[in-house]
Amino acid sequence: VTTTTAPAKAGAAPATSDRSRAENRLGQKLVAPAIILMLIVTAFPMLRAIWLSVYDYALTAPDDRDFVGLSNYATALTDPLFWQTTGVTVLYMVVTVAIELVIGFGFAMVMHRVIFGRGVVRTSILIPYGIITVVSGFAWQFAFSATNGFVNGWLPFIGDDYNWFGKTTSAVIAIMVSEIWKTTPFMSLLLLAGLAQVSEDMIEAAKVDGATWWQRLWRVIIPNMRAAIMVAVLFRALDAFRIFDNIFVMTNGAQKTESVSFLTYRQTIEQFQLGMGSTLSVLLFLSVLLIAFLIVKVFRVDLAQARQEG
Amino acid sequence: MPHSPLGGARRVPKTLIAAAALLLPALLAGCGGSSGKPTLNWYINPDGVDTFIKRAAECSTDDYDIKIQLLPTSATDQRVQLARRLAAEDSSTDLMNLDPVFVPEFANAGWLAEVTDDNTEGDLASTITQSVEGEGDYLKGAADTVTWQDGVYAIPLWANTQVLWYRRSLAQAAGLDMTQPVTWEQVIQAAADNNGSVGVQANRYEAYVVLINALVQGAGGDIVSNTEAGKDAKVDIDSDAGRTAAEIIKMLADSPAAQSDLTVSNEGTSLGRMFPADPSAPQGAGEFMVNWTFVYKNYLDTTGQGGGPADKQAFADLGWARYPETVEGEDSKPPVGGIDIGVGAYSKHPELAMKAAQCITATDMQVDLALTDGLMPSTNAAYDKVAASGDYPEDLIELFRTSVDEGGPRPKSAFYGLISSAIQARWHSPTSVDPDSTPKKSGDYLQDVLKGKALL
Repeated sequence: VTTTTAPAKAGAAPATSDRSRAENRLGQKLVAPAIILMLIVTAFPMLRAIWLSVYDYALTAPDDRDFVGLSNYATALTDPLFWQTTGVTVLYMVVTVAIELVIGFGFAMVMHRVIFGRGVVRTSILIPYGIITVVSGFAWQFAFSATNGFVNGWLPFIGDDYNWFGKTTSAVIAIMVSEIWKTTPFMSLLLLAGLAQVSEDMIEAAKVDGATWWQRLWRVIIPNMRAAIMVAVLFRALDAFRIFDNIFVMTNGAQKTESVSFLTYRQTIEQFQLGMGSTLSVLLFLSVLLIAFLIVKVFRVDLAQARQEG
Repeated sequence: MPHSPLGGARRVPKTLIAAAALLLPALLAGCGGSSGKPTLNWYINPDGVDTFIKRAAECSTDDYDIKIQLLPTSATDQRVQLARRLAAEDSSTDLMNLDPVFVPEFANAGWLAEVTDDNTEGDLASTITQSVEGEGDYLKGAADTVTWQDGVYAIPLWANTQVLWYRRSLAQAAGLDMTQPVTWEQVIQAAADNNGSVGVQANRYEAYVVLINALVQGAGGDIVSNTEAGKDAKVDIDSDAGRTAAEIIKMLADSPAAQSDLTVSNEGTSLGRMFPADPSAPQGAGEFMVNWTFVYKNYLDTTGQGGGPADKQAFADLGWARYPETVEGEDSKPPVGGIDIGVGAYSKHPELAMKAAQCITATDMQVDLALTDGLMPSTNAAYDKVAASGDYPEDLIELFRTSVDEGGPRPKSAFYGLISSAIQARWHSPTSVDPDSTPKKSGDYLQDVLKGKALL
């Protein structure tokens, strides 16, 4: 499918003529408004968050704003609550992404190979992703409810009055189920794009060589879509690490189910502690950077290659 | 193909014009409000909404119209929404219903217009400050909620309080003399020994702090003192009073009189336990329940329906007494709640809004709220009228009035949100409260939270 479309210019340093320099300048001028707008709407809030994070500042006591240096960071990083929420957040991320990867891959195969009713199959797999997370959170909250939910009735080994939201483990499971249900389609969509890139010729060749279905999957298909898998895992991991809506709707952070995002929300929006809230958002931002870095390292994928720029 | 760009170009403006023509009247109407008579926005909490809508129309004059804006149900969400508007200096937030604990917080942030004798009729500010000393028309507990650092920042509308609701038959079986003050210990014991239960609010939310605060104050203590010092307030929960409060919560949690949903109980969960369908079932004899004033109208209206008293005779078995004592012989401090009306500091029409606030909180409105919605008044004048109406038993009206008058406020602090959340974090669940460690742990934690040394 992707045979050589070798661009002539690649590699060779293009001679800079007057014309191309003028074009460059024009290009810069044309994107300038967009860049400035971007800086206003993204860079400014980010810098302001960093600036706020070194203050002890409550919205309800604007006159008592004190510069405290890095003390907010010290407080957050030494607080057991911060590490507990980080632990829970990592758990959400690892478990949901792992399960979504497996189920999502299955869905992607189905969408890729389906022969009849292709539109119907693809649409029905994608429906959960089209549902607003808050709505899906409420739906699953009702499903898990001990008084009017159906989950207890369906599971044979669980009593009819089992309170899923009464204990940390069960509440975390309920939240994960909602999260997985909602975002698996996204995962499968990204994986479908990867599947489509795997050359049919290679699979045919492997078949001719006598490879079983299992061998073709592990030796041909998966290695050839490594870049797509990495993009899918990266996107979903960063998303999952910032999990908020489902927790907000289903437990409101009770029973130690809260994530780092939820902790940040509580400090900033509920308690009006803008200083500490900003500190936590900066830490959340750094964690997300770290996760992205680790995933790129683990998969040893060249991002440029993943974008088909090689 | 070559024609399509031209044709398209002609079509687009036409649709635009059509859309603009449709939108224009709507836009003009939107602008009309600001050029003519000013509109005052009144943010209300969803309690007694119909009465508020009626009142908004009555209080609108030739000079202004009052428009109702509905706030979310939960107190936390109400506070967040109002605070976000006021922090952004929203000029369209003119009037708002405030939970008493928001007043110090909002006043300290400079979000509320001060109520003075100059901007009100009949020297309202002085009346309120004198009422705090027990010499004005307002009930002391209600007047106390609107003062902050020598100023008055809101006008009390209705005042809520908790009393002890109980089944007369249950108290009789236990041989408890309800004409005299009773203690928590007696109440828990009486319920446990006579197949009854004790209803409180102990979910992890504000009303649990109301309970803890009342218990601590009933023992002569405070959760925090010197609250006007803001973050430097003195944390007092780690004291004998705090330990006594913890003992009572533990006593209840360990008692057979505890209701099965104690850890998630709220104002509604224990209502159904007053008149159980099967008296021989466990806890079938009914309950002792501390709860707000709405309980009377609630049972009156649900008589003969599921969850309510079976008939008029059963309803007559509903008794009421003052909030139980924490320590025998020491007056209890019933919780005080309700709604105060505040005027936004950034309102475009502060004088008109203040005038409207006075109209909204006038005596006839307070009487209306009491008679139609069961929300009790904040002034003696209104109480007299409610008593005269005959809608409520006279002794109940007097009980409400005394409870508000002698009630104990929650800590008045600009950081009340922090204080409340910190207490909830360490005292919930009630089944884990330990008199030897909980007061100490919660005191240390609260201190750290106030100093910015711990996360909430």
